[in-house]
Amino acid sequence: MSHGGDRPAFLQHHFSDAEQQRESAKLGMWIFLLTEILLFGGLFGFYVFFRAWNPEMFINAHEHLNRVLGGINTVVLIVSSLTIALAIRSIQLNEKKKTMWFLATTILLAVVFLVIKYFEYEHKFHLGQLPGQFYTYTGIEGTNPHIFFSVYFAMTGLHGLHVIFGILAIGWVLWRTKKGEFSAEYHTPVEMVGLYWHLVDIIWIFLFPLLYLIG
Amino acid sequence: MSTATTAENTQEKVNYLNVARGIKSWLFTMDHKRIGILYLFSVMAMFLFGGILALSIRLELLSPGADMMTADTYNQVFTLHGAIMIFLFIIPSVPAILGNFALPIQIGAKDVAFPRLNLASWYVYIAGAALAIYAIIAGSVDTGWTFYTPYSTQASGAVITMVLAVFILGFSSIFTGINFIATIHKLRAPGMTWYKMPLFVWGLYATGIIQVLATPVLGITLVLLILERAFGIGIFDPAMGGDPVLFQHFFWFYSHPAVYIMILPGMGVISELISTFSHRKIFGYKAIAYSSVAIAFLSFGVWGHHMFVSGQSQYATLIFSFLTFLVAIPSGVKMFNWVSTMYKGSLTFETPMLFTLTFFFTFAIGGLTGIFLGATATDVHLTDTYFIVAHFHYVMMGGTIMAFFGGLYYWWPKIWGRMYNEAWGQISALLVFLGFNLTFFPQFIAGTQGMPRRYFLYPDKYQMLNVVSTTGSWILALGLVVMAVVLIHAMKWGRKAGKNPWGALTLEWMIDSPPPPHNFEETPKIEHGPYDHDKVLVKPDKYSGEA
Ligand code: HEM
Ligand SMILES: [Cu+2]
Repeated sequence: MSHGGDRPAFLQHHFSDAEQQRESAKLGMWIFLLTEILLFGGLFGFYVFFRAWNPEMFINAHEHLNRVLGGINTVVLIVSSLTIALAIRSIQLNEKKKTMWFLATTILLAVVFLVIKYFEYEHKFHLGQLPGQFYTYTGIEGTNPHIFFSVYFAMTGLHGLHVIFGILAIGWVLWRTKKGEFSAEYHTPVEMVGLYWHLVDIIWIFLFPLLYLIG
Repeated sequence: MSTATTAENTQEKVNYLNVARGIKSWLFTMDHKRIGILYLFSVMAMFLFGGILALSIRLELLSPGADMMTADTYNQVFTLHGAIMIFLFIIPSVPAILGNFALPIQIGAKDVAFPRLNLASWYVYIAGAALAIYAIIAGSVDTGWTFYTPYSTQASGAVITMVLAVFILGFSSIFTGINFIATIHKLRAPGMTWYKMPLFVWGLYATGIIQVLATPVLGITLVLLILERAFGIGIFDPAMGGDPVLFQHFFWFYSHPAVYIMILPGMGVISELISTFSHRKIFGYKAIAYSSVAIAFLSFGVWGHHMFVSGQSQYATLIFSFLTFLVAIPSGVKMFNWVSTMYKGSLTFETPMLFTLTFFFTFAIGGLTGIFLGATATDVHLTDTYFIVAHFHYVMMGGTIMAFFGGLYYWWPKIWGRMYNEAWGQISALLVFLGFNLTFFPQFIAGTQGMPRRYFLYPDKYQMLNVVSTTGSWILALGLVVMAVVLIHAMKWGRKAGKNPWGALTLEWMIDSPPPPHNFEETPKIEHGPYDHDKVLVKPDKYSGEA
């Protein structure tokens, strides 16, 4: 099954041109991101119900999250969104070296995020501010404060998993960039991973005020 | 090229089945048609399994006492039957088998947008199925397929494994949905405008929308259920300030739309069959297309009708009841248009058409009894009786599965390049019709008389109805066996089929049976609409002339 000689290697056989392939990938990715938003949307739903049922407890409990660390993490993620955007721009300009540096920086920032998260979690484990039956802390007033931490750990835990997937995905495009698979002409995977990473960032931008700030 | 032409006359033409051989060529295939076939065999295996469980439930219910199983086993068997039929059979049946095979060809594409994702969805399906089967070995589950809390957080058994299996299967469903939506948007052949798309494609498009909008919500709910069971996070546990009914809300927010994931592709199949076997232009094309999309969106507003007796507020009940009636409108529109298409058409009654007529009969009964359940007063009386069991079997099996069987017979010659035996096909359709109604109609009566569902003992007065029902289930099983024999026989030994056995006008009938590897040697030209029977006349060619 050979095709006409002028078909570039990256163009899959069932697309008629590169534009169609790129557009399809983009649409597919957007729909996938929509499913991700809905996945978190379910959790936001749970948050809303439990908050409505226990407004005071939620206010008391949220004081126990560390706003400074949360704030730093917000900045870290926003910067990482910027660096991955720069990576996409660099590959569009055929600057392979720069692309690799920007991707590597994004990974580094993601790791920083996780390390900070680790210290936050560690502190809560230590105090016994844990979900459900493992909750032992006594310093929060209101009924069933463990519910707040159930919601907190579910939301940030799922988000943390997404960060880990993000690191793997960015690592994968970094490796392929190194092998020279991308260029100004073809860099759809870099763009798609970039979109995914923006989503991870945006979800955190919703989680942070919801959990840490709203009193 | 030049060497191939001489060989072509003596050898079989290259098609997607013979282009490569060996197990590896199947396990690593990215051809949507082959992936459809991988799904065909795996999904049918699960149907067989679920069916055997169904027969054993019915056998147990033959007499009022305990005969074959203990109460515990009974609970496990109906749970497995339900879970397998829903998550492993009916949801993937039409989209993943028939959709995968026909959709790209019907819009003139060489493949789906993401062939690798397509193959991945099959592997994810297999992983989910394997895990579900492992759950049976690891202690089984007796929660019912809905996994209602708080029972599901406390019951013994392999609940986590089973719920994880369902979670994984959700990904398979999402992947298929994403793939279809992107394919329909981006890969239509030049000239294939939205209004020239076959109605099967519209049905799958609407299904795709529900798959990507609803499945994630089920996913997160199941994750929370797993966390609840594994770590006792307490959000479904009333003793810890949680709310078990919240689970039901989130579950049905998915699972009501999911019944449309089940029925919309089936309705798409019916639209194709109706036009083809009435030899007439479909009446109200746009109305049918839009009603699919309307159903998709309305389906998100009615979940509460599963919870009329859960203690939700009366206002909520009233609103959900009203919205439920609203969904009847687009479904009615479809029914009206189909009947109008048949009216004055010159009908022929090949096997796919017999299943179509069965669909009309049974789905109408299913739909009408749905109205009893959407009305709050009657629902309170009928909830958790056999009336419910009869209703959902009429809708799911009498609706989707009849359409699926009709679609299987319809596309079978295209898939394998061989015709099935018409007379035996018709016999199988009649047996299925008889067996189905005999099995499930008595259950409406038993239900109105108060026989509860999910019980394995019952008072003597219900025995007569149950005997009829169980007898029916054996006739149904016989019909399915005949169908399996007819179809499997056709795969190898049927007479060679022509390109267009039914004289249909959609694109898949313009190419060889079985289709060549990339569907079209050159990009197809779209010269007429999919149902322009009033303008174009094609002569059906059941047999290719070769022996
Ligand atoms: C082959 C013919 C079938 C027979 C004889 C059959 C029979 C039964 C019976 C006796 C029950 C138990 C009812 C109860 O006690 O509540 C049941 C439940 C159920 N069936 Fe079927 N069934 C068949 C096919 C199907 C199909 C094709 C589907 C879906 C595609 C399906 C979906 C279900 C579901 C969802 C339940 C509920 C299980 C639960 O209560 O958790 N069945 N069926
Ligand atoms: Cu419903």
